[in-house]
Amino acid sequence: MSRAEVSGSAQHTGTREGAGAGAGGAGAGGVDARRTARPLWSLGLLRNEVGTTFRRWRTVVLLAVLAAVPVLIGIAVKIETGGEGGGAGGGSGGAAFVSQITNNGLFLVFTSLAVTLPVFLPLAVGVVAGDSVAGEAHTGTLRYLLVAPAGRTRLLLVKYATTLTFCLVATLVVAASALVTGALLFPVGEVTLLSGTTVPFGEGLLRALAIAAVVTLSLIGVAAIGLFVSTLTNSGIAAMATTVGLLIMVQILDTIPQLHAIQPYLFTHHWLSFADVLRDPVYWDRLQQNLGLQALYAAVFGSAAWARFTARDITV
Amino acid sequence: MTQQSAGDRVIETRGLTKRYRGGQLAVDRLDLAVPRGSVFGFLGPNGSGKTTTIRMLLGLIEPSAGGARLLGEPMPRAARRVLPRVGALIEGPALYGFLSGRDNLVRFDAADPAADPRTRARRVDQALDRVGLAAAARKKARAYSLGMKQRLGLAAALLQPRDLLVLDEPTNGLDPQGMREIRTLVRELAGDGTTVFLSSHLLDEIEQVCTHAAVMARGRLITQGTVAALSADTRGRLTVGTPDAADALRVLKEHGITDLVVTEERVTGDLPAPPAGPPDLADVNAALVRAGVRVRSFGTERASLEDVFVQLTGEGFDVAG
Repeated sequence: MSRAEVSGSAQHTGTREGAGAGAGGAGAGGVDARRTARPLWSLGLLRNEVGTTFRRWRTVVLLAVLAAVPVLIGIAVKIETGGEGGGAGGGSGGAAFVSQITNNGLFLVFTSLAVTLPVFLPLAVGVVAGDSVAGEAHTGTLRYLLVAPAGRTRLLLVKYATTLTFCLVATLVVAASALVTGALLFPVGEVTLLSGTTVPFGEGLLRALAIAAVVTLSLIGVAAIGLFVSTLTNSGIAAMATTVGLLIMVQILDTIPQLHAIQPYLFTHHWLSFADVLRDPVYWDRLQQNLGLQALYAAVFGSAAWARFTARDITV
Repeated sequence: MTQQSAGDRVIETRGLTKRYRGGQLAVDRLDLAVPRGSVFGFLGPNGSGKTTTIRMLLGLIEPSAGGARLLGEPMPRAARRVLPRVGALIEGPALYGFLSGRDNLVRFDAADPAADPRTRARRVDQALDRVGLAAAARKKARAYSLGMKQRLGLAAALLQPRDLLVLDEPTNGLDPQGMREIRTLVRELAGDGTTVFLSSHLLDEIEQVCTHAAVMARGRLITQGTVAALSADTRGRLTVGTPDAADALRVLKEHGITDLVVTEERVTGDLPAPPAGPPDLADVNAALVRAGVRVRSFGTERASLEDVFVQLTGEGFDVAG
């Protein structure tokens, strides 16, 4: 009873004093009331996010590892063929290309992308995507971005766009490293396509660029999955591990013959269809299936990430 | 009994409640009113619901019931309009260790939709200067001490002229010199017309800088008002210095003074509660002298906020609710 009385009388006094203070502060109160949102600020946030991501040591190390893969393949092929004289078959995906590397260094680009797409590239993307939201939550910077206020939907879009930027950069790093290594170790010249047609080196380069684009787009599904997982937890490491775990699981499911009914719906299933770009004319069927499937994964997991992130209590 | 319009209240909550999924009631029907221009101390032991309240005010946590208005607009609906005018330090600073102090501020500023990129560099430098970090601006944040991180967090809240600053435990990790600087800064900001909402478990700190205070315990608001009114409502303790303790004790008891304690040549006791009304202290003193009690000293000690808190919650301040 006495508690309520104390509280009540204190409140009345507070109200009176508050009115006096309010009159004093009113003049300064409206200083920046006119400050409104700027139309292009999202681009500024995106630029900052991309810059921040690529300044992390982890990102630099991932890119360095990706750049090393083509160099290792190139050296291995060089040593191998130096001994035997003939091109030997490599892994299943890159087999078609490996035998061609000694004739044309440009094929090292195709081989390297074929080797990195199933494992290294999605792994790197899984790390970056998985950490995107969960890592910020873990360090607590997420709450400061949100009260800035970045806006939850915008922040999520910026995070996804940054992950896609990383997909592109990572693919280009592999391709560029392979191109340089191939040109240094092997002869370059006219390109014989998988269908037997020969095209000039310039067109070969364009096709390599097209393949890099297809490989980048092949990664948007796994990037969306990583982003969704990232909104579920406050631990960047857990999100990365879960994303990479999912990737490996899907890869295994894709190899079990009894599961052929579901395999066309696995986001990894059509990945190596990018080789169809090297046919004349280009086979579009599997390429379209792949890109359609990636778009579907991006839509489904992107929506799930949005639903989760915009409704979530930020308690860290 | 002046009725205030909503515009005079920078923070206003009505029945604000948060029940976490586990069923734990973190904040229970909170009605908070923070007047414009005040330095408002938000008190309570750890776990009393202060941080959950602050997170609800800033739109980080969705209330289970009730609502909050910040600068006259509903949260979290108006977050885009309101939050650029609010600077916040929530549960300690959070920084990107691999970025320099300066780049940390640039990043937080880039996240503010209302921030002008053309003035960014200047505003960042001013904020760093204001918290005394200009010399360490290019150092990586992971090399900062806790106090420096705290200052950088404050700098982030000061990137723009704000109408409201929400500072959750701003002196954590600071040395006494740093604490004093923060207090000076808070007074300065308040002088510029910024309302400062300051949460702390250091009663001393609140008493020194705040004009108003609210006390929370176990998710409930126990009281709020001006610091002066809060202390005044608590009965002070009467202290009489005398060699004639036994006589003094008898006279004081007759005047309704309770909880009398005799220590050496001092008698202390609680003045009666408001219903009976405390007696005129001049009468008490005269009665003592008339009874032949030799009085060396006579007076009341004003209650500190800590006394207020203990009286209101019936427990020590550091006990988690």
